[in-house]
Amino acid sequence: MHRAWSPQAPCRRVARIVEFFVISLLNGLSYGLLLFMLASGLTLIFSMMGVLNFAHASFYMIGAYFAYQISTWIGFWPALFVAPVLVGVLGAIVERYGLRRVHKWGHVPELLFTFGISYIIVELVQIIWGRAAVPYRVPPELSGTLFTVFSTNFPAYRGFMMLIALLMLLAIWLMLTRTRIGLVIQASLTHPEMAESLGHNVPRVFMLTFGGGTALAGLAGVIGGNAYVTEPSMAALLGAIIFVVVVVGGMGSLAGAFIASLLIGLMQTFAIGLDWSLAAFLDGLGVRVSADMPLYSVWSLKLSQIAPVLPYLLLVLVLIFRPRGLMGTRES
Amino acid sequence: MSRTLRFAPYNVGRWLVWGLTAILFAILPLVFTKGFAITLLSQMGIMIVFALSYNMIFGQGGMLSFGHAVYSGLGAFFAIHAMNWVGDGLVWIPISLIPLVGGVFGAVFGVIFGYVTTKKSGVPFAMITLGIGEMVFAAVLMFPGFFGGEGGISTDRVVGEPFLGISYGPAVQVYYLIAVWCFVSMLAMFAFSRTPLGRISNAVRDNPERAEFIGYNTQRVRFLVVVASAFFAGIAGGLSAINFEIVTAENVSALRSGGVLLATFIGGAMFFFGPVLGAVIFIYFAVALSEFTDAWQFYLGVFFVLTVMYAPGGVASLILMNLRVARFGLFNRLWTPYAKVLAASAVLLAGVIMVVEMSYHLTLGMSMSDTVSVFGIDLDARGAMAWIAAALILAAGGWLFSLTRRHFMDAWGGVQTMIEDRIKREQGA
Amino acid sequence: MAEHESTAMPPVSGATALKLTDVRKHFGKTEIIRGVTLDVRKGERHAIIGPNGAGKSTLFNLISGRFPVTAGRIELDGRDITGLAPFEINRRGLSRSFQITNIFHRLSVYENIRCATLYALGYRYSFWHRLSKLADAAERTEHILQRIGLQHRRDALAGLLTYAEQRALEIGITIASGAEVILLDEPTAGMSRSESDHAVELIMRVTEGKTLVMVEHDMSVVFGLAHRISVVVYGQVIATDVPASIKSNRAVQEAYLGTTFADA
Repeated sequence: MHRAWSPQAPCRRVARIVEFFVISLLNGLSYGLLLFMLASGLTLIFSMMGVLNFAHASFYMIGAYFAYQISTWIGFWPALFVAPVLVGVLGAIVERYGLRRVHKWGHVPELLFTFGISYIIVELVQIIWGRAAVPYRVPPELSGTLFTVFSTNFPAYRGFMMLIALLMLLAIWLMLTRTRIGLVIQASLTHPEMAESLGHNVPRVFMLTFGGGTALAGLAGVIGGNAYVTEPSMAALLGAIIFVVVVVGGMGSLAGAFIASLLIGLMQTFAIGLDWSLAAFLDGLGVRVSADMPLYSVWSLKLSQIAPVLPYLLLVLVLIFRPRGLMGTRES
Repeated sequence: MSRTLRFAPYNVGRWLVWGLTAILFAILPLVFTKGFAITLLSQMGIMIVFALSYNMIFGQGGMLSFGHAVYSGLGAFFAIHAMNWVGDGLVWIPISLIPLVGGVFGAVFGVIFGYVTTKKSGVPFAMITLGIGEMVFAAVLMFPGFFGGEGGISTDRVVGEPFLGISYGPAVQVYYLIAVWCFVSMLAMFAFSRTPLGRISNAVRDNPERAEFIGYNTQRVRFLVVVASAFFAGIAGGLSAINFEIVTAENVSALRSGGVLLATFIGGAMFFFGPVLGAVIFIYFAVALSEFTDAWQFYLGVFFVLTVMYAPGGVASLILMNLRVARFGLFNRLWTPYAKVLAASAVLLAGVIMVVEMSYHLTLGMSMSDTVSVFGIDLDARGAMAWIAAALILAAGGWLFSLTRRHFMDAWGGVQTMIEDRIKREQGA
Repeated sequence: MAEHESTAMPPVSGATALKLTDVRKHFGKTEIIRGVTLDVRKGERHAIIGPNGAGKSTLFNLISGRFPVTAGRIELDGRDITGLAPFEINRRGLSRSFQITNIFHRLSVYENIRCATLYALGYRYSFWHRLSKLADAAERTEHILQRIGLQHRRDALAGLLTYAEQRALEIGITIASGAEVILLDEPTAGMSRSESDHAVELIMRVTEGKTLVMVEHDMSVVFGLAHRISVVVYGQVIATDVPASIKSNRAVQEAYLGTTFADA
């Protein structure tokens, strides 16, 4: 839908603001939902097994690379289903032959193990696919425009991402509230000892949980890898952010992770688009801030420039004023 | 963990050990005189200080941090600015004392970030340190005025009048500066572990709840230990600034933080000298091995994961366990099993190396040369011959290893039982 | 069954060492402690008994600061300690042991005890003292090791001790700071008869002159050791009296002891 529009100057300003707001809102939501796809798998694994999977973002990366490879062989749509399953299988193998051995040493060695795995995965990815980004593209069926807000197009693929994320969210919610295994998982979120007293085949439950969580990360990779870039450093950048999400939301809380994901997604998206700075603000008040004033570099920092740091600032604030996290119920 | 808990300390005259260490530090450059060796030794010295500082919070204090490079890196930035001010004639600080500048500012940031991070413990603490580390890294890139942006800050360490002929121009002089600081720092950190605060941090590590009930505010204990550890990390940063004459954002990166964690854990966090070993091993991989192969990070990662899975006490624990066997005079039972399993491991390792090197070469090195050199033999990764050979060696090694390993574990288990019996008898008497 | 009848005279002073006034504790919607009022006199050995789940350990956790109270007051030597952190309460002279052994498993027995003496001796967060040169800490540690009978195991790693040895160490850590009020949480849990007797002897020895509050299930231990007993049922104290009167208290018999005990 395209409008022929010749607004007057003030209307144009308003239109630009609305355009920015709506597009940023949608982009922020889609990014936040992607973060939640990752954070939810991490929280589930953490709640059921007590393990913080440092390599979670690495499985996200593997999902993207698998999807790339599979889509070059048989196309995107099969990849959408096959890649997450493969990632889940890989995760289960890692749990069965690696993590399980470390389980008896305690939680810190488990974390160290996943840390080491994340290191190795990055290297393996580079061995197989090289150091440069791979051309994992959005499929042509989804590469159009969904709708237009004034002069900016909102890509159809973003809408698709949000759709998949919401479907996944719905599936998780249904599983947690309607199935027996879901009830057990819910209980384990607040009472981790419960997972131990399940009775039979706890090791298998662990393997399935880890595989399931990593499969979710893989799915996120399938849909995120072509929206953003697919390269060996993608895991590191995202990994730190999802840990911030989990701590801010409160360890072991899915609802908290959801809120925190959206909050951080929106915060970063809006910040990147805004060129506000303290200097400009003071300027607007009539106070001139010149380049030779002390700490000018601080005054002149634009919001868009400090956007990468915002999630961590939020982390620090949350730690000082609400250490439990937004909806935290337990520590570890 | 019972194997490592059952260990009794190896008693050697403490003076002897420290004296020998000092002598070793002094004569090493006389033995290894090549320029590359001096560089290697200098970097090992810096890493030893860094890893020991990390172990103050990790092995001694029970805190897993993913952001320790923040303290060493920020200390390095301030140290390098100080060096530039010395060069501009704005201040007078002898270059020999520059590491102290690094230490002081490391401690300052230890106070700032330590306050925030020690509000939590355990796994949340680890994640917060990751977040703080990323934050500092991003912030460093945001203020190019002080941090030099992508290019970082450089300096010249040859400033001011040479003191007694020492200008720090030649690399060997820098080595000795590092060696002295390293030795002094080692002594200081060792002494710290034997003070009330040092010992209480052990107690907090073992049982934070109980530590509260004997009158200690565990958060305060952790905070103080972080500050002390940040001080020594800052010293390592200052030494780095002198050695490399450049500090960039990479000095505060997650890569550096991960590196010191790897080094400390591989060496062994449970013993004081463990991180020393780990630092030496890590620098060897990162600086020496990297000359021979691109895959050194992969090997290091695998080494680390294997350590986590099979030797969580690190290389130090392996050495000490074997020394204990020797002390009980039972080592002769292990010669043959060891020889067999080590030979099998060598074959397995050769196969793994061939496969890894060829894979790396295919993806990353083809532009440079047609063949990759493994153990001096040129292999063509495009041909099937090399791959078949590698696969055969790998298979053979794997099979031999699984055989000899069982035999070795039996022998080892038998020896351990004999030792435990003897200990019980000694106690009963 | 060896009977250790209470040998000490009733406490000399009538001063109150520990006082609880209408203390309540909710966990979520459940009220576990429903208004406990308790007076422990200085120098007395006071036992707290009651059926499982009555809230005895919770009471200990409230007194020692492990959990915050929902309502009520707790006073130590007349000073309000309600809501203080465990380390603050400990510094004011109250020390507790744990039902599940809570020691520093990677430190030696000697170090375990020594750590517990450091704050009380004033060394606090010092990093300028050498541990090996602290004569007063060494002396006190030796003294305690002797009293709990673990001198021969001083260099053993705490995690490797036998169960009874660990329980003795647990008590040693508790008394090392020199606190005047000692809380022992089921000190003889899991012990055989002879080990129990041994432990009771130990407890009487090391808490001489101090105020002792003890949670116990073993009736012979309680009746042999305590000057007074409080019975807690469903989060409330239903009786506080000398052992002989408690034995014959109707309400106590009904609520807790049943007919089995009346025969003992």
